[in-house]
Amino acid sequence: MPQSGAEPRWPHETATLSMSQARDWPLYEVFIRARGGLDHKHVGSVHAADARMAIEHARDLYTRRQEGVSIWVARSTDILASDPAESAALFDPARDKIYRHPTFYDIPKEVETL
Amino acid sequence: MSERPAYLLEYLLRIADTSLVLAQRLGEWIGHAPAIEEDLGFANTALDLLGQARLLLAYAAEVEGRGRSADDLAFLREESAYRNATLAELPNGDFGDTIVRQFLIDAYQLALYERLTDSSDLRLAEIAAKAVNETRYHVRYSSGWVVRLGDGTDESHDRVQASLERFWPYVQELFEADDIDRAALADGTAPPAQDLCDAWSRRVDAVLAEATLLRPAASPFRWYGKHGRHSEHLGHLLANLQYLQRTHPGATW
Repeated sequence: MPQSGAEPRWPHETATLSMSQARDWPLYEVFIRARGGLDHKHVGSVHAADARMAIEHARDLYTRRQEGVSIWVARSTDILASDPAESAALFDPARDKIYRHPTFYDIPKEVETL
Repeated sequence: MSERPAYLLEYLLRIADTSLVLAQRLGEWIGHAPAIEEDLGFANTALDLLGQARLLLAYAAEVEGRGRSADDLAFLREESAYRNATLAELPNGDFGDTIVRQFLIDAYQLALYERLTDSSDLRLAEIAAKAVNETRYHVRYSSGWVVRLGDGTDESHDRVQASLERFWPYVQELFEADDIDRAALADGTAPPAQDLCDAWSRRVDAVLAEATLLRPAASPFRWYGKHGRHSEHLGHLLANLQYLQRTHPGATW
């Protein structure tokens, strides 16, 4: 939640006001593990009054079509983002270092998920 | 088809109709819940309940053996032929009222389905095995809200305590055994009503304690929705539920 009068700190805080935002429930980011062995992926966010409610809302919103076997939630305000203004400094230096890509190996056929 | 005991149709309708009527009540929240997330929460629970009702009504229709379908039973029975517990048909009230009513019924259905998974009626045991996981989540969801509201602000505490007092007189019906229940108990189809009451009480008392709510005193009043004698509210609910099939008989899409 942005403090009153302060600039929103994260892009999702500028999203359209939902019914619950008007009631000042904090926002939680939702991460779902699609199946065993895969990592949790960010799928969206929910408003909730507490962490338990956030898990339940995430379950009801994001796993109703069998999308997941595990849920993580984290307060959106606890997530720090890199500054878009610094993106050149942060990411451009990797551009000309193609030798860091593991494309010079022959990958055995048996390894499916590389 | 093997010979089905005479009480079974009535016994199935009581469980099925309680789920169906409660699903319809929860559906009334769609588009009106205090948050979009809760809108979906109620809708998911309603769909679970509707699914249970479909399975149970399909079985009931077979047992009845008059060629009727689950839809026929849902859409074309009169109010007095409905066998749901009266508690399920009571109006939604505010969000806290709906949560309290939901919690009282969720806890009852969980106690019931946990035991019906061991029913001597294998079809019923299968339906219960599917329903019990859904119902565990329903209890988690509604009890979370009971604690949040009960142990929340002074206003939320007082309002949810008042809801509890209002619904409490309707609880007794859930655990009062009659001839149907005794016949179902005798052949191992159903668990003893007292066992359900004990399991329900343990769960409800634990949540009420955490929610700093007081268990209301037992009420001398009795309701008999399961005998087809309903409150004034069921007729209005069925008018909504059955409107389409009554107005356009046989309509499908």
